[in-house]
Amino acid sequence: MVNIAVLVKQVPDTNSKIQIVGDRVDLSSVKMEISPYDEFAVENALQHKESEGGTVTAITVGNDGADKVLKGVKALGVDNIVRLDYDGYMDSNGLQSVLADEIKSGGYDVVYCGKSAADTGAGSTGPGIAERLGWGSISNATEIKFGEGLMVTSPAEGGDAIASLSLPAVVSCDKGSIKVRKSNVKGIMMAKRAQVDVKSVSPPSPTITIVSEVMPPAKPAGKKYEGAQSAQTVAQLLRDEANVI
Amino acid sequence: MTDTIVIAELSKGKINATTNELVTAAGMLGSNCTLVVPCTESSVANDAGSITGITKVIAAKSSVFETYDAAAWAEALDSASPSGIVITSASAQSKDLAARLAARRSVSVIQDVTGIQNGTLSTPIYSGKAIQNVSLNGDAVVTIRANIFRPAENSGNCDVQVLDTTGNLATALQEMVQRASERLDVSEANIIVSGGRGMGTPANFSHLEEIADKLGAAVGASRAAVDTWEEIPHSMQVGQTGKTVNPNLYIAVGISGAIQHLAGMRSSKYIVAINKDAEAPIFQHADYGIVASWEDALPVLSNSLASLLG
Repeated sequence: MVNIAVLVKQVPDTNSKIQIVGDRVDLSSVKMEISPYDEFAVENALQHKESEGGTVTAITVGNDGADKVLKGVKALGVDNIVRLDYDGYMDSNGLQSVLADEIKSGGYDVVYCGKSAADTGAGSTGPGIAERLGWGSISNATEIKFGEGLMVTSPAEGGDAIASLSLPAVVSCDKGSIKVRKSNVKGIMMAKRAQVDVKSVSPPSPTITIVSEVMPPAKPAGKKYEGAQSAQTVAQLLRDEANVI
Repeated sequence: MTDTIVIAELSKGKINATTNELVTAAGMLGSNCTLVVPCTESSVANDAGSITGITKVIAAKSSVFETYDAAAWAEALDSASPSGIVITSASAQSKDLAARLAARRSVSVIQDVTGIQNGTLSTPIYSGKAIQNVSLNGDAVVTIRANIFRPAENSGNCDVQVLDTTGNLATALQEMVQRASERLDVSEANIIVSGGRGMGTPANFSHLEEIADKLGAAVGASRAAVDTWEEIPHSMQVGQTGKTVNPNLYIAVGISGAIQHLAGMRSSKYIVAINKDAEAPIFQHADYGIVASWEDALPVLSNSLASLLG
């Protein structure tokens, strides 16, 4: 029986506009949803359970607004849902510390997470937790075969590497070829009644300071031409003005 | 000033030119820069001492560097690196390594830095829809996006120290599957030609490949194209749920410019858009826009490139 953890995070819908109020991003009017790559992590966790037997626990960090994401994965078939309750800012060191502590105390054999979250895009959490636990890890997995250990495909220079990874281990998941399952009405009804296991945490203080958040600098207006023949003009400009070809 | 450590970026067993960009970034974050070169043979580091701005080269020699293993690489490079701000490239592999190095040292990691000014580091958040500026209160690990910082010159001369290192492997490579085509991956390319659903059929991507071959470019795709056609793999997808790229030149063909696509390519140095819809949002971000169908515009572009590039 494999004790499986999957890390999930709520982020703004990737189709949403990001606005700045003062010197911080304002998410108050943005629709939040599960980070896209976390969906592949959840699917891999569920497939691992179906292949080898065990339980799947989804873990998130945040305030009670994040419960929606936990209920969403509960509806897909995750057994337990845990929220590490925290409302302030954590740097990567703080976040990984509290998650590594939770993974250790939960006695997990394997941790799945998305290759990066759609907000920071950093991709630090999976490998960072593995390092703190002294576990092996593979990032950006596109295919996983389950057995005693794992056989994981991930991109490498010039192609793909297929490597074996013994448990305990952390795998961060890219899209790959798996299809993620959808929840059904029964699952959604069950998830509504499910209890979130809320735990308090006290992360170490951040060692970086967010100075400001700003919009990217606007690009000066470009040149726009009508008609296919202008491709010749553009090719010449790429050579003479942009110096990129 | 804090000491800095640059981990050399390697490709095909040689020190990659982006290493010089990392040294420039290091000079903006601290002083006394040590270049650490992960290698199986120390000869790889022979010429590294010529990079201007470094004070020392450590050739960290170990058999673990034969193939990438996150745990072993982090252990070996941590032991070879002095304390200070550690700087690596923001390639997928180096970001993974950087996260582990930071965790080993219980410090923060700042990924994908695109600017440094007076000690403040800028990184894109929400895939570049906004920029976050952070300052460091002590040591950290920092990864630097390629193609942004001016590369340091090669007019220096410092010693290379060979250091035997080791680490415990956590993975065992079973098989390397070479990419079917010789074509560059979008994450490695200086020029990208991307197609969207406006290409009509996946077979029409061959027209993009023809242009790409002339330019030595990679071929990319929008999410709409990847979602619509099985023949277009996710590995080609540029955007918030695909790859974030910043090439010198990005040519978007039949791509309308959905917000999540723009997020993945807006930091490209030059953007060319070809679209028959003059109102397509992509034109607001293009340096050079061509309002025409790709069927009409690509042959003209192809001929022009042929005569320009000889």
